[in-house]
Amino acid sequence: MSAKALGPVRRKFAPWNDSSAVPLIQIRDVSKAFGSFTAVNSVSLDIYEREFFALLGPSGCGKTTLMRMLAGFETPSAGSISIAGEDLAGIPPHKRPVNMMFQSYALFPHMSVEKNIAFGLEMDRLPKGEIAARVEEMLKLVKLEEFAKRKPHQLSGGQRQRVALARSIAKRPKVLLLDEPLGALDKKLREETQFELLDLQMALGMTFVIVTHDQDEAMTMADRIAVMNHGQFVQISPPAELYEQPVSKYVADFIGDINLLEGRVTKNERGHIVLGSEVTGGRIEASGETVAGLGDKAWFAVRPEKVSIDLQPPNDPTVNTASGTVWDIGYVGDISVYHVKLDNGGTMRASIANTRRVVERPISWEDKVFLTWAPDSGIVLTK
Amino acid sequence: MANPFQAQNRRWMVTAIPYLWMVVFFLVPFFIVLKISFSNSEIAQPPYSPVFDFLIDGWDETLDKLASLTTDNYLRLIQDSIYSSSYLSSLWIAGSSTAMMLFIAYPIAYGMARAPKSWRPTLVMMVILPFWTSFLIRVYAWIAILSEEGLLNSALTWLGVIDEPIQILSTNTAVYIGILYSYLPFMVLPLYSNLEKMDDSLIEAAKDLGCTQIGAFWRVTFPLSLPGVIAGCFLVFIPAVGEFVIPDLLGGSDTIMIGKTMWEEFFNNRDWPAASGVAIALLIILMIPIMIFQTNEARQQEAGR
Repeated sequence: MSAKALGPVRRKFAPWNDSSAVPLIQIRDVSKAFGSFTAVNSVSLDIYEREFFALLGPSGCGKTTLMRMLAGFETPSAGSISIAGEDLAGIPPHKRPVNMMFQSYALFPHMSVEKNIAFGLEMDRLPKGEIAARVEEMLKLVKLEEFAKRKPHQLSGGQRQRVALARSIAKRPKVLLLDEPLGALDKKLREETQFELLDLQMALGMTFVIVTHDQDEAMTMADRIAVMNHGQFVQISPPAELYEQPVSKYVADFIGDINLLEGRVTKNERGHIVLGSEVTGGRIEASGETVAGLGDKAWFAVRPEKVSIDLQPPNDPTVNTASGTVWDIGYVGDISVYHVKLDNGGTMRASIANTRRVVERPISWEDKVFLTWAPDSGIVLTK
Repeated sequence: MANPFQAQNRRWMVTAIPYLWMVVFFLVPFFIVLKISFSNSEIAQPPYSPVFDFLIDGWDETLDKLASLTTDNYLRLIQDSIYSSSYLSSLWIAGSSTAMMLFIAYPIAYGMARAPKSWRPTLVMMVILPFWTSFLIRVYAWIAILSEEGLLNSALTWLGVIDEPIQILSTNTAVYIGILYSYLPFMVLPLYSNLEKMDDSLIEAAKDLGCTQIGAFWRVTFPLSLPGVIAGCFLVFIPAVGEFVIPDLLGGSDTIMIGKTMWEEFFNNRDWPAASGVAIALLIILMIPIMIFQTNEARQQEAGR
């Protein structure tokens, strides 16, 4: 099955907007404290069947602890977790309908690839023939048929990752937990594997919960992403919403690159907001809603790719403009990022897609430039 | 031309040092003992013949002397049942105490490896600490504990468990106690170093896939600790077979171990050739477990653990 064929199916998938949908995993007011340190602080979350859900956050944000509570390796200090309506409190890991793929892969070094994959099935005391058939199916799925008799230390990193994956899905769990599944792979392999994981999840119809600190990974794969910080969810949204409508400066800054322009609200009516800002030497026009009252501090958040850069001042004087000098140019290949020192202090970044081969840049270091952006290109944040 | 200080030569010199050490302190003494084991016992100084001195003897006499070497000592090892029973008894005592040791040491090592990280150095220290006292003194201390008027019997009498002192000292039981006590660290430390390295996520993975705690131990922890088990067993078994001090001090007259038999040949009978024969035969017997041990170590290094 290819990702292309499944694309439209995925796009329509949004059970979290459907009030009649029954979540598969229900996390209610769960906290976990280690001594005086609170790793997870009263979080609630619903995850739906067949969802690809990502827990994203910096290290130490509590995402791994939350996942380990789902697997049963940690006991919540407070709150409850249920899967398919069954409360998991007091159920040990080996009796839970979840399997986990470990960050270190945790392959049994003394067992061959096929023995590793068969391990969970043998624990379930399935008939021998069925185990053999299932192992073969799994090996085929992860394209490791020829490596069945090898020991883990005779495999490459990518192959080990596949064995770990095959082992964790062999029991066909309701929920598969993936702890930084691609963390140990190099960039190229990681990108390929992201799409393979996606296809696999669709084909198997399993619910995947992935823990990652890599925003690209989460954005590419997940149906919804929960951004975590200090043991709490900051925002739970589909990737596009997370990127275009971050709820706070923290999320805006954590996901991708962003310019945050500080100002005070001078006008806020019917979807039209005006910020008085020194950064631009006047005002910032914005569309959208904000809870901020007149005179409140707010930030206009705009992504670098939505900011235009030009050597000439804009013809229309009412458009959002900031002038400055090119301080640095980051050439990334597909795009170039211009770091501009604004005349009124501060810096802004504008990125331009390199649609042609760069022979000579029209805009160069220390050029006087004008940055412009549309009112609906960004969002007004209050925190 | 060959410059002794060229990189290639220097490397050769570095590897030569351990070989030289082996030749001087192992091979040469080994061949001396081997030669004596083929000699005849004499009441003389030294107490065997022939004694070679090529410079005095010249070719002819040296050849004569070579012809007088004998395999009698080895034939005696086979014919006289005292030797075979000594060997068997030694192997039995060493083997069964190694097995008992495994049962005692494994839980200790496992507990140490599971203990909070900050405790572990202290626990290792406690295992090694007895080594700071002389081995001989520690074995003597057991005499004070095990004798009829010793600490153990007094304590048991005082507690009312026994009416009369029980004889422990000068029995095989005392030898077992002595071996178990003295060699415990040799079993605990290799097991501990193996178990301590074990990745906790392997146990979690086993549980995640449906194993109980006990199941995960037998299917994952124990098989993975086998190199440690083998290392520990041989580190105890090999020296225990040739043990002399413990059976001599704690054992009774009916305790026969090959180390004691050898000592008696050397010092009581002053029969150096027979004692040398006993020693060489012991070496050959132990060669098999030593080779298994070496293969195990090599395999472990290969697996990069």
